[in-house]
Parts: sequence; C-alpha cells; structure tokens
Amino acid sequence: MALDQSFIGRTYPPSPAYEVSREKIREFADAVGEPSEIHRDPEAAKAAGYADVIAPPTFAILVSMKANEVLVMDPELGLDYTRVVHGDQTFTHHRPIQADDRLVVTTHVDAINSRMGNDIVSVRAEISTEQGEAVTTARSTLVARGTAAATEGQA
Amino acid sequence: MIRAADVTVGDTLPPLTLHITRADLVRYAGASLDFNPIHWNERFAQEVGLPGVIAHGMLTMGMAIRIVTAWTGNPGAVVEYGVRFGRPVPVPDNAEGALVEVTAKVAKLLDDGTFKIALTAAYEGKSVLGGATARVRLP
Repeated sequence: MALDQSFIGRTYPPSPAYEVSREKIREFADAVGEPSEIHRDPEAAKAAGYADVIAPPTFAILVSMKANEVLVMDPELGLDYTRVVHGDQTFTHHRPIQADDRLVVTTHVDAINSRMGNDIVSVRAEISTEQGEAVTTARSTLVARGTAAATEGQA
Repeated sequence: MIRAADVTVGDTLPPLTLHITRADLVRYAGASLDFNPIHWNERFAQEVGLPGVIAHGMLTMGMAIRIVTAWTGNPGAVVEYGVRFGRPVPVPDNAEGALVEVTAKVAKLLDDGTFKIALTAAYEGKSVLGGATARVRLP
C-alpha cells in the first residue's frame, strides 16, 4: 500500500531531552573503536578547544533514531516497521555534540517516494539544545522493502 | 593535528583495515541501543533471508570514519559525514571476523574552506558503503 503523501512536510513535536554523558560518549567511542582522548579526557578536549569531551561523528544516531520512532511507529503513516531498513544516513554537525548537552529533536518528513516496490521516506532530525542552539542535522532514508508492490506500475 | 596548509586535493589518506567480530556487534548493540536480532541472532537472521548475522550499517559507518579522524587528529574536525548502506557485511562466528578495507582521499576544497573527503569501504572486494563522503574543517 502506498504511503499517505500528505505526510510530506509534516513535523513532529520536539522529543524529550536526551542528556549526553561522558560515560555514554566513552562507551560509544569504544564501540566504534575510536581511540581519541578527546572522547574520554576532559583535559585533552579542552586542549583541543572544547568545553568538555565531544562525541564521535556518528554518535547522533542515538538521538535521531530514537526521535524517528514517532514517525516509524505512527499508525496513520502506516509504515510497516518490520520491513524497514536504513537506506542512507548523513550527519551535518553545526558543532560537535559534547558531554552535558541536553538535546531535543524535531523530526521532519522531507519526502515520500515509491521505487521498485519499496516505500522510501526521507526523514530529517534537527537536533538542538533545549535553549535552541542548532547542534546536528541528521538526514536518513527509511526503506520499507516490498511494501509498495501493490501500486507498482500504476504511477 | 594536520593543518589545511599541509593538504592538497588528491592526497590519499593512510588506509584502514577493519576486522568486525561478533563481539563488536554485541558491544555496538549495547552502545547504540540497536538490538535488532539480525545483528546477533543467527537463527533469526537466516529466517529473514540473510546469510547469517550481519553488521549494523551504522557500525560499519562509525568505524570507517576512523580513517579520517586518525588523519585529522581531531574527531571534531568532521563537520559532515554521509553514506548509503549498500550490501550487508556478514560477520562470521570466528576470531578474525569480517574484513573491511577502507580507503579515503581528498576530493575537493570547498568554498567554505572545508575539504571534501571521498571514502570507500569494501568487503570481499565489493563496496558496502556507497557515496561515502565527509567534510572536514582543518585549522
């Protein structure tokens, strides 16, 4: 079944704040094998010009994927989340995420397409501090495999 | 830390070889809170048509950018990073894991003073991250 095109341009209300901790940053850096002390030692981070330890470039996925659940699980959109795979992912950092940040996310539906039997939703998660400072823009496409088959050839 | 003045378009970054093991998948699942069973449950992965347990695309993405952060010396220099998730990376249940070869080169100096870096990541000679690029801002 094709997805409801009226969702294009929809914005979901801001997520509850995600509190970034030094320990989570260290844990994530360990998990991707990133050895930099700038993720672990506040003094090393200060020497590099940051107020506190900063997060690795893909850490924002923790914040954006959680926020995108509002869309994936929205029964009105009707995305079959059991068939959803991650098509692509881009992070644009307006500044690095750092320890003690309290981040809120506003999720936007930028596009909905059907291609080769797949429903493809382009999602933009705007991550900012509670005070409204822009931190990271996370763009992703979610691909529901095979769910658009019924409408294929009718477009 | 590398400086902009030391960089020329066309420069190749030192290559990176990743060995992604089952233990890495478990650790990344915990750190990222992505507990999809295709990344840790062989039976489930095969039931949904995969050859076996596969790496999180986000893990391959997160590990591959180390080729850039090791070069810049400052992970905060990465102001943008994007990939397409291509073919999956099956991770065998052995000590060596899946071997992923990562390369990168300086593709362009952009108008805003950042450098565009083009990355490749290959498993068994085939690309697993499509159109992978990063932008870095160097001192």
